[in-house]
Amino acid sequence: MVVSTKHIENQKLKEALYSVSDPEIPVLSVMDMGIIQKIQTKGNHVYLEIIPTYTGCPAMDTIAMDLKIALTEQGFESEIKLVLSPAWTTDMITDEGRQKLENYGIAPPMDSTSDKAALLNGKRLVKCTNCGSTNTVMVSQFGSTPCKALFKCEDCLEPFDYFKCLK
Amino acid sequence: MEKNENLIHYLLMLGDNSMILGHRLSELCGHGPNLETDIALTNISLDFFGQVRSYFQYAAQLKGEDFNEDKIAFLRNERQYYNATLLEQENNDFAYVIVRQFLFDAFHKELLEQLMNSKDTTIAAIATKSIKECRYHLRFSSEWLKRLGNGTEESHQKAQLALNDLYVYCHELFAESEVERKMKESGIGADLDAIKHNYLAIIHQLIAEAQLKIPETIQRVAKGKLGFHSEKLGYILTELQYMQRAYPDMQW
Repeated sequence: MVVSTKHIENQKLKEALYSVSDPEIPVLSVMDMGIIQKIQTKGNHVYLEIIPTYTGCPAMDTIAMDLKIALTEQGFESEIKLVLSPAWTTDMITDEGRQKLENYGIAPPMDSTSDKAALLNGKRLVKCTNCGSTNTVMVSQFGSTPCKALFKCEDCLEPFDYFKCLK
Repeated sequence: MEKNENLIHYLLMLGDNSMILGHRLSELCGHGPNLETDIALTNISLDFFGQVRSYFQYAAQLKGEDFNEDKIAFLRNERQYYNATLLEQENNDFAYVIVRQFLFDAFHKELLEQLMNSKDTTIAAIATKSIKECRYHLRFSSEWLKRLGNGTEESHQKAQLALNDLYVYCHELFAESEVERKMKESGIGADLDAIKHNYLAIIHQLIAEAQLKIPETIQRVAKGKLGFHSEKLGYILTELQYMQRAYPDMQW
C-alpha cells in the first residue's frame, strides 16, 4: 500500500518517521526536510525511498541507519533505498520545518536571488535569527555543514547560520 | 557487453575528474588561507566525493561480481584513471586553486547541463543532482577570480601566472576520446563540441571581468583522459590508496 508522505494514518509509523532527524540539525525531522519520497507498507513491512540533500552529505548514511532502528523499535521490518531522483531542493522543506529551523537559530532558505544579493552586496533580505533584523551580511558562502552558509547581523553583531537555497 | 564496457569507462572518466579534484581540495583541509575559504574548499571537496560515490556505485553495479565503489576508487593503477590533466595540477598557491577550480567549474556546468538529458536515466539523475552544487561552486570560484584579478598588484600577478600555467590544459577537456564519441552517438554522453563553444565564451568573459589576459600559449597535448598522466597523479595515488593497499578491504 502506498502511504502519502503528507498524511500518515498509522500512528506508530508516523511516530517512527518523525522521530528521526538530521544529526546536524536535530530539530528537523526527516519528514520536515522532505527527504522521504516514497512510503509503501505491506502488513508489517515498510519500504522507504529517501533522497540525499547533498550528494556527499555524510548524514545520509546515519539517517538511513536511524530510520531502520526507529522502525524496528516500533515493530516494523524495513527496507530503505537511497534514490537520486527527484533531486532534492530546499522547497521540499515543509512550512513547519522552516519555523523549526528559525527557532533553532538557522535562517530558513529564501530563494537563489536573495543568496546572490547577499553575496554581491545587494538588497538585504535574510533575517537575523537572533534579533530579527534584515541588516545582515554573508560572511561565507559555505558553513559548518554542506547545507549552511555563514551570516552576520550588523545590528546585534551576532553570527548565525543560513540554510543555503538549493534549487 | 561492449556497450557496458564503454559506459563503465565513461562513468570512470566522469567520476575520476570529481575524485582527483576533490582529493586536491581535501589536501587543503586545515591549510586554507583563512577559515572561510578553508571551509569552502573542503565543502566543495565533499560535494565532489558525493558525486564520485554516485558514479562509482553505478559503475560497480554494472560490473557486477564483487565490485564495489571502494575497489573502483582505490584499487586501480595509474593508467586506469581517466581524469583530465588539469585536475591533478598542484595547489601551488591560492590563485592556482581558484583558477583551476574556475576552469573546471565552468566546464562542469556545461557538461552536467547536457548530461541532465542523457538517455541513461541514472546519469541524468546524478547530473540533475550535481548541477545544483556545481552552480554554487562556479559562483564561488568566479567571484574569487574577479576578486583576485581586480585586487592588489600581487593578487593580480599571481592570478595571471596561474592562468598562464593552467589554461594550456583546457583543450583536453574537449578533445573527444573514442569512448566519449561512442557515448555521444548513443545519446548517453555529452557533445563536447557544443560545450566548447559555450565554455570558451563564458570563461573569456569572466577572465576579462577579472582584468586578466587570455594566455597566448599553445594548448598542451594532454592525455589524462586516456590514462596517460603527469607524474603528479602518482603522488596523489600514493596517498589516496595507502590505506586500502596496506590494509586490503578495510572499512572505516
